[in-house]
Amino acid sequence: MRAKHLLLLTLFAGATAWSALAAANTAPSGAASVEPSPDYPKMTMPPPEVKPPVAKPSKSTADHSKFKELQVDFKSGPEVTAACLKCHTEAAKQVQHTKHWTFEFKNPQTGQMLGKRHIINNFCTSISSNQEFCSACHVGYGWKDNSFDFAAQDKVDCLVCHEKTGTYRKLPGWAGHPVYQDVEFPPHSGKIVKAVDLKAAAQSVAKSGRNNCGACHFFGGGGDAVKHGDIDTSLSNPGKYLDVHMDKDGLNFSCGECHKTSGHEVPGSRYAVTAKDEGGKAHMRGKEDKNPATCQACHTNAPHKHHARLNTHAEKIACQTCHIPEFARGKATKMMWDWSTAGKLDKDGKPFTTKAPNGQVAYDSKKGDFRYEANVIPTYVWFNGTVNYTLADTKLDPSKLVQINRFEGSASDGKSKIWPIKVFSGKQPYDKATNQLLIPHTYGGEGDDTAFWKVFDWNKALEAGMRSVNQNFSGEYGFVSTEMYWPITHMVAPKDDALSCAQCHQPSIGVGRLDGVPGVYMPGRSANKLLDTAGWTFALLTLLGVLGHGAGRIYAAKKQGAKHHE
Amino acid sequence: MSNRIYVFKVFERFWHWSQALLIIALLVTGFEVHGSYKLLGFATAVDTHTTLAWTLVGLWVFAIFWHFTTGEWKQYIPTLQKVDAMVKFYAYGIFTNAPHPFKATTLKKHNPLQRLAYLGVMLFIGPLIWFTGWFYIFHDKWVEWGWDQYLSLEWVAFFHTVAAFMMLIFLIAHVYLTTAGHTPTSHIKAMITGWEETD
Ligand code: HEM
Repeated sequence: MRAKHLLLLTLFAGATAWSALAAANTAPSGAASVEPSPDYPKMTMPPPEVKPPVAKPSKSTADHSKFKELQVDFKSGPEVTAACLKCHTEAAKQVQHTKHWTFEFKNPQTGQMLGKRHIINNFCTSISSNQEFCSACHVGYGWKDNSFDFAAQDKVDCLVCHEKTGTYRKLPGWAGHPVYQDVEFPPHSGKIVKAVDLKAAAQSVAKSGRNNCGACHFFGGGGDAVKHGDIDTSLSNPGKYLDVHMDKDGLNFSCGECHKTSGHEVPGSRYAVTAKDEGGKAHMRGKEDKNPATCQACHTNAPHKHHARLNTHAEKIACQTCHIPEFARGKATKMMWDWSTAGKLDKDGKPFTTKAPNGQVAYDSKKGDFRYEANVIPTYVWFNGTVNYTLADTKLDPSKLVQINRFEGSASDGKSKIWPIKVFSGKQPYDKATNQLLIPHTYGGEGDDTAFWKVFDWNKALEAGMRSVNQNFSGEYGFVSTEMYWPITHMVAPKDDALSCAQCHQPSIGVGRLDGVPGVYMPGRSANKLLDTAGWTFALLTLLGVLGHGAGRIYAAKKQGAKHHE
Repeated sequence: MSNRIYVFKVFERFWHWSQALLIIALLVTGFEVHGSYKLLGFATAVDTHTTLAWTLVGLWVFAIFWHFTTGEWKQYIPTLQKVDAMVKFYAYGIFTNAPHPFKATTLKKHNPLQRLAYLGVMLFIGPLIWFTGWFYIFHDKWVEWGWDQYLSLEWVAFFHTVAAFMMLIFLIAHVYLTTAGHTPTSHIKAMITGWEETD
């Protein structure tokens, strides 16, 4: 009893440090509340579909609610997992081999060790020292520090990907657990998140749907639509305008329809992109050697039946370039994050937030300045699928813009296509002595006196963050400008909304979509200036010449006419 | 009183005027594709240019065939005879009402300068436009045919545009010189009716 209370107390107190999470299943309570920071993951999923009175027989051959093993009042997530594993004996082992579990990916092209465990990005920067918070999006239970046991099978979270009640939520701060007791969340918000009903969740399991993937992926970067620009809650139930494949009244694809998963291994990764799928033929579903998530997997390399010219374009241009004319078409996405201004406090010494005229957060003491944008025209780059990261040990030049991840590719390497990307800019801490990126300890629980979000002291936060990866912090930090690239590939628009020829070749706005892309001759945009000057000059001189000649003739004729009259 | 002689047969007149229309339309659409202005819209300009280009090619194939079967190709055999007289005529004579040094006949339709100019158009500008135009049209096939190793669109477009400028310059000079016949309209009338007025 005592231990339980202590745990609860810790949870409550630990919670005080963060910004808010407005929750779907929160009910206002009478408690006085602090305005929650609207930037924090608004993990508000659309309500689960209401079941018709007479349920149609399920498509599945097994009704999990009928299984004795699941008719149990589970006390914790791991208990549910243990029950799943009784029948699905291999499931946890499979999951433990995936990035969703290891948070690690060794890029075969570059040899770099990537994954959330290693990367420092320019959003929340790093999970190191902040796992208790960040592991809300880990398919596991209990990862709060470096002592987490990655071999423990019952720590795999089956429910987050498979439950269908829509009520199972992992809150940041609980180290990947759902809440087992009612809690006020965000802290001091006056909103209560109800204890999870593990029995109902366990009995509801099925194939992962959009909202299962979305529970984490819609909220990447700390809130709805923040990170990707092409993945957010608007994909939960999208119309055709937003996504031709996921259109709820049309094809109604789940994520897994393209990311065709086998043995829990989800293909189609941003770490090693298939930038140019040579598949002349569709290799739809079932062929294991190819990435099933490319457009070509279903559409082939020559999908335009009536316009051969467009197929030729597709030799050099990724399908996404024309077919995703803008990103952030569902919700505004974050485009800029400047950590260097974080830490300002109001006159009472309290953190605060301000909003931009568009209603989005513009400043948050915990994080600094932001900029959100909707309906953004992508940047276009040659991309061959190889991505090179600036990692914790990469030396950087602080006087230059640091590329968190450089997309390789060129017009001439034969492996690249022109891709649309979101360029996310930021400013983040680096060590002036080592010229390396720094890891700040941002989130802290009860009693933590180094976390930036509690003490707003960069020196303490950076020292603690670096210690968590056994590195020294010199004590001298600065802020370096960084940018990170995100391939745009989701939210494919209806074909009538695809780019027109003119948007690249004859832009009415003066700037063509591909004007900045080197190495391609683009009729209408790439005219040789010298030739133009010479050509028009000669044409003009010829015109002046004949006009002069003609005038001479008229004049001469007049004079002669006058002579005749004399 | 003026004499009239029959210079241009029906086919020649048809060829001439359809070619004139095609070339003007090709110039207009071509320079739109080139990026010089906006008129029809890029996609329409490309489609129209391509269709007109094939039409012009068809017309030329037909015209070449006609010229050889009728022997009219001899009209274009270059001669330097009297070229100097023609140059002098355009440079001074035309201003002093001097007699035109060349009299068109059914057998000799073009004055020596015309012969040279038209031959240049047909042997140089024409082929340059054709070949570069064809390379351009078949750009979609370059990879399949292995041509991409030898050709670059940039240079194909460059020479196509060079030829287009030369065609434009020719057109300006040509239109003007049609007024430099025995009377300002005699050449034009001849190309319409077939009959040329001479002195
Ligand atoms: C009097 C005749 C012609 C003129 C004045 C002309 C002019 C032009 C010009 C200025 C361009 C733009 C080039 C650039 O900036 O990239 C162009 C494009 C083009 N021309 Fe021509 N051209 C003529 C005849 C032809 C012929 C005979 C062909 C084919 C056999 C042809 C095929 C093309 C093609 C395929 C394009 C490129 C259109 C595209 O972007 O797909 N042209 N032309």
